Amino acid sequence: MFDWRWDFTFEILPRLLLATVNTLMAAGAGYAIAVVLGLVLALAQRTPYRALTYAVRELVEFIRSTPLVLQIFFVFYVGPQFGIRLAPWTAGMIAIGLHYAAYLSEVYRGGLESVPKGQWEASLALNLSPARTYFRIIIPQALPPSLAGMGNYLVGIFKDTPMLSVIGVAELMHTANAIGSESYRFLEPYTLVGVIFLAISLPTAALIRVFEAWVRRQLGMS
Amino acid sequence: MTKETLSDFPLELEGADVPMVRFSKVTKRYGDLTVLDSLDLDVAEGEMVTIIGPSGSGKTTVLRMLMTLETINEGVIYVDGKPLTHMPGNGGLVPADNRYLRKMRANIGMCFQHFNLFPHMTAIENCMEGPVHVLGLPKREARERSEELLEMVGMADKRDQHPSRLSGGQQQRVAIARALAMRPKVMLFDEVTSALDPEVIGEVTNVIRRLVAEHNLTMLMVTHQMGFAKDISDRVCFFFGGRIEEQGKPEDLFGNPQRERTQQFLSAVKEAS
Repeated sequence: MFDWRWDFTFEILPRLLLATVNTLMAAGAGYAIAVVLGLVLALAQRTPYRALTYAVRELVEFIRSTPLVLQIFFVFYVGPQFGIRLAPWTAGMIAIGLHYAAYLSEVYRGGLESVPKGQWEASLALNLSPARTYFRIIIPQALPPSLAGMGNYLVGIFKDTPMLSVIGVAELMHTANAIGSESYRFLEPYTLVGVIFLAISLPTAALIRVFEAWVRRQLGMS
Repeated sequence: MTKETLSDFPLELEGADVPMVRFSKVTKRYGDLTVLDSLDLDVAEGEMVTIIGPSGSGKTTVLRMLMTLETINEGVIYVDGKPLTHMPGNGGLVPADNRYLRKMRANIGMCFQHFNLFPHMTAIENCMEGPVHVLGLPKREARERSEELLEMVGMADKRDQHPSRLSGGQQQRVAIARALAMRPKVMLFDEVTSALDPEVIGEVTNVIRRLVAEHNLTMLMVTHQMGFAKDISDRVCFFFGGRIEEQGKPEDLFGNPQRERTQQFLSAVKEAS
């Protein structure tokens, strides 16, 4: 066969599982940033201030049209030239969080636009404040249609965390590379990385679908 | 005709019989299209005025401007003697800002053709949202008020249901309760039966009949239900081309219309039904 060594596999497994925790933390923290910042980017495009809408729109387009790995390098290596020195983790979270915030803002935008105009009119007729209208009336209704897209990007950000290895964040890919260069064996670590990613992505995607149905039920919208 | 300037409009309406609602030379345009053309319309306190007319005659726009869902191009709208679309400033009237609009809007409630209930809230939550979060009532008081109103519209037993579980007629009745829970001085009904199945129209019109009979609310209604309009209105306005073509007591307007356009419209409606 392909010279697969089980003893080596079990030897490196604990190290890779430990790195998986870092991968999950990176994905979780990056996603948390993206979820909140994405909403800010989406709402900023809906204010009456045209210049703000335009600036944010261009920023989102710019982020979406350039590679993530470039953005990671940029934050980490170009930042210090302007006196912004960031630890790999911090730089990585900012880059990946911002990148996915741009994508999520588009998901939110679609969700917000799917809320019927009548809901805005009823809110105005009841004299609800703009903040109350957004957070109690519009966003809860924009959420269910956004969840599928949000779920896709949760899996997406998780699968993109290996890019953080380029600036030395000790996540799964980085650890697998380290094991490879120490032992000159790449088959087992890379295979394990793939298996671990698969073992997390697939159930997550299924859970998101369950969650989506649950949210709809909670909001009385199914 | 000379064009009116804002200084020609009074800061406030004074006198013995100040109308609850006054449209004073109100013009509304969408681009080149003039939807309302220098409209003058007074509605007295406690009066029920029904607006009828062909589609595109500007009748729904009248209600939407009064709810501040639409801005106006010329003229001034007054509610309870005070300007709605404008506010005092610079020694005269200036366009109202959001804060002023919010204060004045509290006088007006509206029911829509498509109900527009909040789908993620139960019937009673829909009714309590405004009283709690706009009027600042304690929850218990808002709940009592909402329960009374749901009782009045015959929806007390469905108060914990979400709109998706309710029929159109039931949703519209909840929407009426929701608007009334804000204690408006003026209620607007915008084609509230148009989206309903014929067999449930009666449950909504009966609620409005009760409102007319038992409360001293000022009401403006746009409807295609001529029989209903005839029964409950104090006055009926026939709109045509952004103007009031003819208005009068329902028995006069329906029984003996003077203008040719009114006659044509009414006979066309009669044939269709």
